[in-house]
Amino acid sequence: MNYVDLFRVVLPETALEIAALLVLIVDLGFLRRAAAKARIAAAALVGVLGCAAALWAVYAARNNGLGVMGSHSLMAWGIAPAAQIAILVLTALTLLLLIDSEFTRNPGEYVAVVLMAAAGGLIIAAAQDLLVIFVGLELLSLGLYILTAFAKKCGKSAEAAMKYYLFGGMSAAFLLFGFSYFYGLTGTTSLAGIRTTVCQLGPAPLFYVAWILVIAGLGFKVAAVPFHLWAPDTYEGAPAPAAAFIASVSKVASFALLLTFFGGTFFSIRGQDLSANHVDHLFSQYMGSWTHVIEVMLVVAVATMIVGNLAALAQSSVRRLLAYSAIAHAGYILLGVCPLPHVSPVPQSAGMGAVLQSLISHQLPVLYYIVTYGLTAIGAFGVVGVVERVTGSDKLDSFVGLQKRNPLLAAVLLVLFLSLAGIPPLVGFWAKFNLFAAVLAVGAGPVPFALVALAIAFSAVSLYYYLQVLKRAYVMPATDETPIKAHPVTLAVLLLIAAAVVVLGCFPALLQNWIASFYA
Amino acid sequence: MPWTIYLSFAGALLAALVPRDKPTLARWFALAVAVAGLAIAVAGYAAGFGQGRQVFIDALWVPSMGIHYMLVADGISRVLVLLTGIASVSGVLFSWNIDLRTNQFFAFYLALIGGVYGVFLSGDLFLLFVFYEIAIVPKYFLIAIWGSTRREYGAMKLALYSFAGSAMVLIGLLAAYVTACSHSTTFAALASAGLPVSFQMWCFPLVFVGFGILAGLWPFHTWAPTGHVAAPTSASMLLAGVVMKLGAYGCLRVGIGLFPHGLDPWGFSFLGIGSWRDVFAWLAVIGIVYGALVALAQTDFKFVIGYSSVSHMGFVLLGLMTLNRIGVDGAVLQMFSHGIIAGLLFAIAGRVVYDRTHTRQFAELEPMHLSRRLPFAAWAFVVAGVASIGLPGFSGFVAELQVLVGAWRANPWWTAVSGIGIIVGVAYVWRALQKAFFTDILPTAHELEAEQHQNFPPITWPEFAGVALLGACTLVVGLHPSILLDQIEPAVKTLLAGGAQ
Repeated sequence: MNYVDLFRVVLPETALEIAALLVLIVDLGFLRRAAAKARIAAAALVGVLGCAAALWAVYAARNNGLGVMGSHSLMAWGIAPAAQIAILVLTALTLLLLIDSEFTRNPGEYVAVVLMAAAGGLIIAAAQDLLVIFVGLELLSLGLYILTAFAKKCGKSAEAAMKYYLFGGMSAAFLLFGFSYFYGLTGTTSLAGIRTTVCQLGPAPLFYVAWILVIAGLGFKVAAVPFHLWAPDTYEGAPAPAAAFIASVSKVASFALLLTFFGGTFFSIRGQDLSANHVDHLFSQYMGSWTHVIEVMLVVAVATMIVGNLAALAQSSVRRLLAYSAIAHAGYILLGVCPLPHVSPVPQSAGMGAVLQSLISHQLPVLYYIVTYGLTAIGAFGVVGVVERVTGSDKLDSFVGLQKRNPLLAAVLLVLFLSLAGIPPLVGFWAKFNLFAAVLAVGAGPVPFALVALAIAFSAVSLYYYLQVLKRAYVMPATDETPIKAHPVTLAVLLLIAAAVVVLGCFPALLQNWIASFYA
Repeated sequence: MPWTIYLSFAGALLAALVPRDKPTLARWFALAVAVAGLAIAVAGYAAGFGQGRQVFIDALWVPSMGIHYMLVADGISRVLVLLTGIASVSGVLFSWNIDLRTNQFFAFYLALIGGVYGVFLSGDLFLLFVFYEIAIVPKYFLIAIWGSTRREYGAMKLALYSFAGSAMVLIGLLAAYVTACSHSTTFAALASAGLPVSFQMWCFPLVFVGFGILAGLWPFHTWAPTGHVAAPTSASMLLAGVVMKLGAYGCLRVGIGLFPHGLDPWGFSFLGIGSWRDVFAWLAVIGIVYGALVALAQTDFKFVIGYSSVSHMGFVLLGLMTLNRIGVDGAVLQMFSHGIIAGLLFAIAGRVVYDRTHTRQFAELEPMHLSRRLPFAAWAFVVAGVASIGLPGFSGFVAELQVLVGAWRANPWWTAVSGIGIIVGVAYVWRALQKAFFTDILPTAHELEAEQHQNFPPITWPEFAGVALLGACTLVVGLHPSILLDQIEPAVKTLLAGGAQ
């Protein structure tokens, strides 16, 4: 592969990096003396244009046929482009939220870091090679640490960033350690190669060590219990647009990566000529090495659901509440990520179509969930950011009487929180519905059923804490009736998100078909 | 008929956009929407005679799971849609005096109504569930914002009970969907999917209890009295009138319609209870007697009616468990009848009386001599009370009689024990009448003088119209029950004969 091909494969990432440099040039070179508002607007605009360019590049890569060819380290098929497009759109939305905020005097640097972190997200959403994964992950993580600390005048922001950094560094070390085991055992860094070797070797104790280390590392990224401790502090301390970025873009990228790790189950022998017996043998070998990993993942998922939901009940800060709710949602998604539904082998006679179908039915609900969750989370942080800027706090009580102080903002909050609670016809309901149906669909035994029952029971619990916020916004009489003013752009973005949540919820097939189209 | 749904949701959206300083506009707008809904319901009902099952729309909604956007109506649906229309109009009339955030009140109100219409017209399992959940959230806000006694507690309790119930339902529905391996989730497709008996055995109680929570199934009824008492009058009318029917309708359509074998005998019996049918029938009977006895001991006017709702809904559930045609006919008729009568009772206690006296405690109402000072309320309550007792000539009589006859055929003991509930029912209505209106304590001279200074405002036209509408309905159905039974009977027959086809 020559450099021109390489350039074409990583065109979206390159577009983002160029945009990041452009932002710096525009902001530091031309607008140094301009008013803060103008600088923020210009930086956000250039950032959004960069995202648009990268979007175009992703689409172009698909249409040029590059998608099918791709490369061994970056996939441009299936979940990868869908997640990349979602990452770019969500990044653009978080950049637009910046326009209304005043936590920083260096908007150019902020936007540049956001774009670079997003580039890291694009890489891990598509990566098929341990080294590429690690590079992408570090690019994303380092960006997130900086973004968390970006409110330089705020002690909380610095504290949160320090905690996030220390936990993050530790988890990166775990991950790298796990990767090194994989390399040592199989002699390759490509995921496909590792899978093939696992198939041939069968279960080996050291694989479990490697898997546990990787789960610890990736569990940190998605805030799974017991690696979740950074989340509440970070969500609370980070500036609102940065928190929205962490809650959405970083989550989408990390779950896409988890799917690459756990979703490829039997896909690696695609295209190889093997007899049915041989395949069965390979499959049993492969599954043998999986069972315990799945058990660990399930324990993590259940713990995440329980801790997230129960801890959220006791929060008095809306940001912390959102953090625990994010943990709870991560628990639901992890149920879907677990390869549990695919324990049963795809019938060999069914051929490639059935393999593809099983892959889609595994990955689609997870991607659907995380994309819609990311969208909702951005909106939620947008509302929190506006309220916080006016009232000076994100406590539950600062939302009292919001319907009187800004009816539109309250309506957006209503839609988004009900969607998070999973009330139809909002999109959050379909996300949960698809996911739980997918978990039940293939492995119809007592275990999947019990897991889904638990998840549904906890989403009933979650209604309580979402209603706590809505109660303050709608039920309690306002103590302070001064209107809360939001910047028109912010309001437009929030209304757009709320409208998307409603429309995608009323027509759930839209998003499903869109994601499925990437598997064609 | 699908326009009832669209109209209500569009009305909700537009009501929210009415400026908040124009409450009169919001009221008239809501009344117009509700009346239009009622008109469509009546027209649809009239057109439905001899029609059987009508399919209004059937489109694929979520192709990957085979979920259809399918709106259908059979006789049962049409009766309940009619009930919803009547309840929504009278509810708007009785909330004419809401001045706080009027536009939002009617927005939530119409959204709730839209969800209820949707449930009754759904022809697809998951579409029904979607509408069912839509109805939960507006209830919470209606009670929490515009309610009275312990409103936030009552509202939260109701929301969590409802959501817990719908969580159970969702688990059951997902399991049914997965087990059926069907490419469609319409009732017809699922009923003919041949779900295994062992699966139906555990899924039926799950779904039945899930829906039953909202229908006031004992011992999961405790949300009902607190919710009713906390709610503003029109919301309690809707809660008792139609929302509890959502639960009962779900029990009938989903529970019995999709999992008929869940009611089969277990093969062993314990204390004479040998199937889920016995279990739920006895729970219903306990609900009838318990609700009546507790109503007898209340000191708050609205609590009496709240517990009487539990008792009357017990008849609905008992009627469903008889599984014979006359019993289930009676259950559906009782849904309609209770919706009307409970609405009337709540309207009088919560609006006509409370808004003038500002108390619902019998001890404080007794010295007020309301029969003399509010004769309209007193005599309206007499009518509602005797209808509630089940006096011949009113709808409650026909309905409860059919349920009891059906229950006798199934198990005479059910009828015998429910009879106690009826007798106690007479007692608590008489007691309420006496305490609230027709006290025999003579007024003192001092009280008479005080009355002179403090006259109650006269009855307003919306109150009069609402009482007249509801009273007329119960009387018409009582005198001429076949107006409803003609549509209910064929639908129940097909439902019992083999699922939802």
